[in-house]
Amino acid sequence: MKKKFILKGLDCANCAAKMEKAINELDGVKEASVNFFTTKLIIEGEDEKMPKIIEAAEKIIKKIEPDTLIIKA
Amino acid sequence: MERRLRRILIAAAIFTAALIINIEFIKIILFLISYLIVGGDIIKGAFKNILKGQVFDENFLMGIASIGAFAIGEYPEGVAVMLFYQIGELFQSYAVDKSRKSIANLMDIRPDYANVKRDDKILKVDPDEVQIGDIIVIKAGEKVPLDCKIIEGSSMLDTSALTGESLPREVEEGNEILSGCININGVIVAEVIKEYGESTVSKILDLVENASNKKSKSEQFITKFARFYTPIVVIIAVVLAIVPPIIIKNQSFSDWIYRALSFLVVSCPCALVMSVPLSFFGGIGGASKKGVLIKGSNYLEALSKTEIIVFDKTGTLTKGVFDVQEIHPVGITQDELLKYSAYAESYSNHPISFSLKKAFAKDIDNERISNVEEISGYGVNAIVDGKNILAGNVKLMKKYNIPHYEGELIGTVVHVAIDNEYAGYIIIADEIKKDSLQAISELKKSNKRTVMLTGDSKNVGNKVARELGLNKVYSELLPGDKVEKLEELLLQKSSKGKLAFVGDGINDAPVLARADIGIAMGGLGSDAAIEAADIVIMTDEPSKIVTAMNISKKTMNIAYQNIYFAIGVKVIVLILSALGITSMWSAIFADVGVTIIAVLNSFRALHV
Repeated sequence: MKKKFILKGLDCANCAAKMEKAINELDGVKEASVNFFTTKLIIEGEDEKMPKIIEAAEKIIKKIEPDTLIIKA
Repeated sequence: MERRLRRILIAAAIFTAALIINIEFIKIILFLISYLIVGGDIIKGAFKNILKGQVFDENFLMGIASIGAFAIGEYPEGVAVMLFYQIGELFQSYAVDKSRKSIANLMDIRPDYANVKRDDKILKVDPDEVQIGDIIVIKAGEKVPLDCKIIEGSSMLDTSALTGESLPREVEEGNEILSGCININGVIVAEVIKEYGESTVSKILDLVENASNKKSKSEQFITKFARFYTPIVVIIAVVLAIVPPIIIKNQSFSDWIYRALSFLVVSCPCALVMSVPLSFFGGIGGASKKGVLIKGSNYLEALSKTEIIVFDKTGTLTKGVFDVQEIHPVGITQDELLKYSAYAESYSNHPISFSLKKAFAKDIDNERISNVEEISGYGVNAIVDGKNILAGNVKLMKKYNIPHYEGELIGTVVHVAIDNEYAGYIIIADEIKKDSLQAISELKKSNKRTVMLTGDSKNVGNKVARELGLNKVYSELLPGDKVEKLEELLLQKSSKGKLAFVGDGINDAPVLARADIGIAMGGLGSDAAIEAADIVIMTDEPSKIVTAMNISKKTMNIAYQNIYFAIGVKVIVLILSALGITSMWSAIFADVGVTIIAVLNSFRALHV
């Protein structure tokens, strides 16, 4: 399953890289990418684990850049 | 952003005042005020992040560097660290904003609405809500919202947003037109043939927006570098602050702490992490403006390392349209020869029949033809105007024992006999594209090996290869053989070099997939090509490959300049700071200045 999000207010390229790395290490994630310029997060993961993945990803994003809004796209 | 700018300006003014004033007490107070205005947020952010267990972030590093400077009595440096850090940040957000916008402009092909005809009324609706079979009206100046087929009206279309081609295209009733084009003059009524999500415009947007997700080696290197760089520099800074004053005699802590603080200032990897992807983002955006869609930074990077370029012949270097090239009658006129052959072949579905009819350019009167017999693999035997016509290849002439022209001919040859008397031959051949020669010669000029694969005969293959000056040609290949030949060629390049295959994406998908870089031509309107290839050339001009190569080279240059420049300056400043030769001011430059220069440099990639 592939899910897309827009990270509104994503302001730092290094943070985007950190987020990408942390989300990729989550259990059940096949591939995750954070595109700093389009501010898009794409997560590809196992179907059953997806809700948990998204929850964990939101935590990671909030931890690295607290002002970022996560919007479903 | 304006608030941040105002804050920076106020803080800078107070900072300047503090530098000028000579009364120590007031000086320190002014420095503190300036510091709190410009750096308060950063300190707050650092604390918040520490509470969340996020230690080595930029806020924390800048906070420590500036507070440390205050602690050892270097007030101006303390404020300057924050002030210039903020200026750098502001500039970065401005740059990011600007490049995000310019990409959005570049990709300004998204239609806002569609005029749908429902119950004799015309409604403005979201393109998403339009269904296949709906009738839409496109007025002059409007974008074509969905892929559709014209049922009424004719106009000129501006396809430049899709193809980079500035010449408008003429369209009329019956033509299929693609979303993203702009209707220049007439009013068009058209039937929708694809939903918005499947229409050309959304496919292209999707492709370009996601292109920078596939990261190049240089981008991966930079992210990895950043991950190790910061902790290492911070650790060295700590060691630098503590160890030398303890081991070496007569060394003050404040002197070494000052050096260590410079390290913290330089420890931010921002410039690199941001400028390298920005270069690729710009390169991909610039290429799409020229009608070249690149599906990932990795392909843009690979393109600059191409050593061998393999072309398919038909539809890639040649037009893929078979036309009558030569007519050689014997005993009759050219027109007569063309007429008899066109009539004889008129019932056939073979491409040759179409070429003959096209060249004949008159209506065929079916009454004049009878007893048509198609002899598969040979040709046709038919009665035209009461005469027995044989039209076909050499084998047909031999079968009927008709003496015929036996010299070497290049192309598809149709021999004709009238009442068992040889009447001459017609040559049908594919034509080389206008810009093929220019493309090949420019590729050769930059030391690329050019190879052509074709299923066509040796004669035809060699002729095209000779005219274009290709390095090598392999002819008479079956589709499976093409993959095999490609495997052979892959072994001939150096280990770092890449091989690109250029095809029309229609029946060469396996070869496109096997090559390091698969380039499909004439992507406009061909979903198969867009799916199968790594790089899609929207028009069918081979010269666009040269354009793509140039963009790739330029982008890579910019990316490498940024990498070397940023790392170079940082390392030099680190060494000089450790030796105590430079002040914290040069560290501040190494951080902010480098960011600004690198970002400005990457902007160049956008403008191709």
